[in-house]
Amino acid sequence: MRSRIMDKIAMGILWANGFLTIAILAMIIGYVVVKGLPAMSLSFIFTSPHGIEQSGGIFPTIVASLYVTILTVIFTTPIAVGAAVYLSEYVKQGRLVTIIRFGADTLSGVPSIVLGLFGLALFVYILGFGWSMLSGALTLTLMALPILMRTTEDALKAVPNAWRQGSMGLGATKWQTIRRVILPAAMPRILTGVVLAVGRVFGETAVLMFTVGMAINLPIFPNEPGRAMTTHLYLLATEGISMKTAYGTALLLMVIILLFNLSARKIFNKTQR
Amino acid sequence: MAEAVHADAIQANMLSGDKIDVHDLDFYYGDFKALEDVTVGIKRNAITAFIGPSGCGKSTFLRSLNRMNDLIDGTRVEGTVLLDGKDIYAEDVDVVDLRRRVGMIFQQANPFPLSIYENIAYGPRIHGLRNKAELDTIVEDSLTKANLWKEVKDKLGQPGTDLSGGQQQRLCIARVLAVNPEVLLMDEPCSAIDPTSTQKIEDLMDKLKDNFTIVIVTHNMQQAARVSDYTAFFLAEDTNLPAKLIEYDMTDIVFTNPTDKRTENYITGRFG
Repeated sequence: MRSRIMDKIAMGILWANGFLTIAILAMIIGYVVVKGLPAMSLSFIFTSPHGIEQSGGIFPTIVASLYVTILTVIFTTPIAVGAAVYLSEYVKQGRLVTIIRFGADTLSGVPSIVLGLFGLALFVYILGFGWSMLSGALTLTLMALPILMRTTEDALKAVPNAWRQGSMGLGATKWQTIRRVILPAAMPRILTGVVLAVGRVFGETAVLMFTVGMAINLPIFPNEPGRAMTTHLYLLATEGISMKTAYGTALLLMVIILLFNLSARKIFNKTQR
Repeated sequence: MAEAVHADAIQANMLSGDKIDVHDLDFYYGDFKALEDVTVGIKRNAITAFIGPSGCGKSTFLRSLNRMNDLIDGTRVEGTVLLDGKDIYAEDVDVVDLRRRVGMIFQQANPFPLSIYENIAYGPRIHGLRNKAELDTIVEDSLTKANLWKEVKDKLGQPGTDLSGGQQQRLCIARVLAVNPEVLLMDEPCSAIDPTSTQKIEDLMDKLKDNFTIVIVTHNMQQAARVSDYTAFFLAEDTNLPAKLIEYDMTDIVFTNPTDKRTENYITGRFG
């Protein structure tokens, strides 16, 4: 009898925990939606800010955020995938691999504001790229690299060894095996990793304030500065410029990241049989 | 010393004309000696079965015949393995070409996550064949040889992994045949499939032996008795001792009149 009551209580607590998680998420999203929706309009998305940024849209910041993100993906993907293939397929598992993995894990634990400071020093000043899409993307690459490297490694590990043996048994070289069997088989998971990393990068703030700058500018070339959506949001709110626009920006930011995550899931499901 | 053994082995091979001749092979996993002193001649165009209890090194030995063990860190081979009189462990041997000549079928059918067609075309493609018409011919030929063509000819574009277990195993055999091997190594090819499919694979083996040298590792003694011409019995007296080749002869003799008491005990089911 006692154990039954305990069971009920445990169930109740666990249910409450689950409910709380969902409730918090719903509250945040709901709050941002309610506060942000009044600002939302086509002209909000597709025009530039006017005056002292209180009116008008946020178009240049959307472009800047997407620009930096895409550039980051272009830099990160080949390096991360290459490193992961090397680590999990070529190198003998041992000391060196452990050190590299430890390094990657540590890198992904560096606070983004520290990374931003580093990017400011190295890319903006020392290498002279200035506040620019390029400086931002290079710094974000440092952030996204370990994330994508680890997800790619996991993706490669999930490929059955039987396929490696089958391929090698037919006289394929290691590289042929990787290129024709292992990578295609791991691709859905790798792509999912890319999209999740994109979500992280797109929502990043500190790094971009340091390296891309705050100028409202519609970037065309990678050496131009700009203002990311996250930076814009921060400035609108902290400078007391317009809370309405701030919430509108926040809502749009969330929607875009949600779209990234949904598409990641879609890619994964579609290619998973 | 090694040179002398080598010369002896080559001479013996010239006399026997065996497809594969193994002389005094020792195999190590790190410091552990898994196989000791294996000397055996694998006959051309015949089926040779390796039998023995679990952990007796028969699969390890099979995998040393196309150097698949190279893929495992810390393994080492001593002794001589001659394929058509050439040492496959010599420095100048192209392992990639060796594995093409000595194909392997695994315990678990392992078709790639590709279409049936692409599974077969995989081997020829990696060896540089681009011509679509030639690939088509090879795909049809290989599937026909593997007794699978009739069942799959209308669905070549479907994933190989959608086939039944037995069909998948025949697909893997066809995939190996597509690279034109000389020897087929089969590592318990029927242990994961049903009796009807096993029957089909055994029939297939019987057909293939006219053109190929086949070596099969099997746990199933009835299977060894049914399909093979020669049988080799491996045994490790204890789990920490290296396995040895106890007896090797024509299958009829091994099963009806074995020389070694241990062989008799094993095939009559007293252990294993």
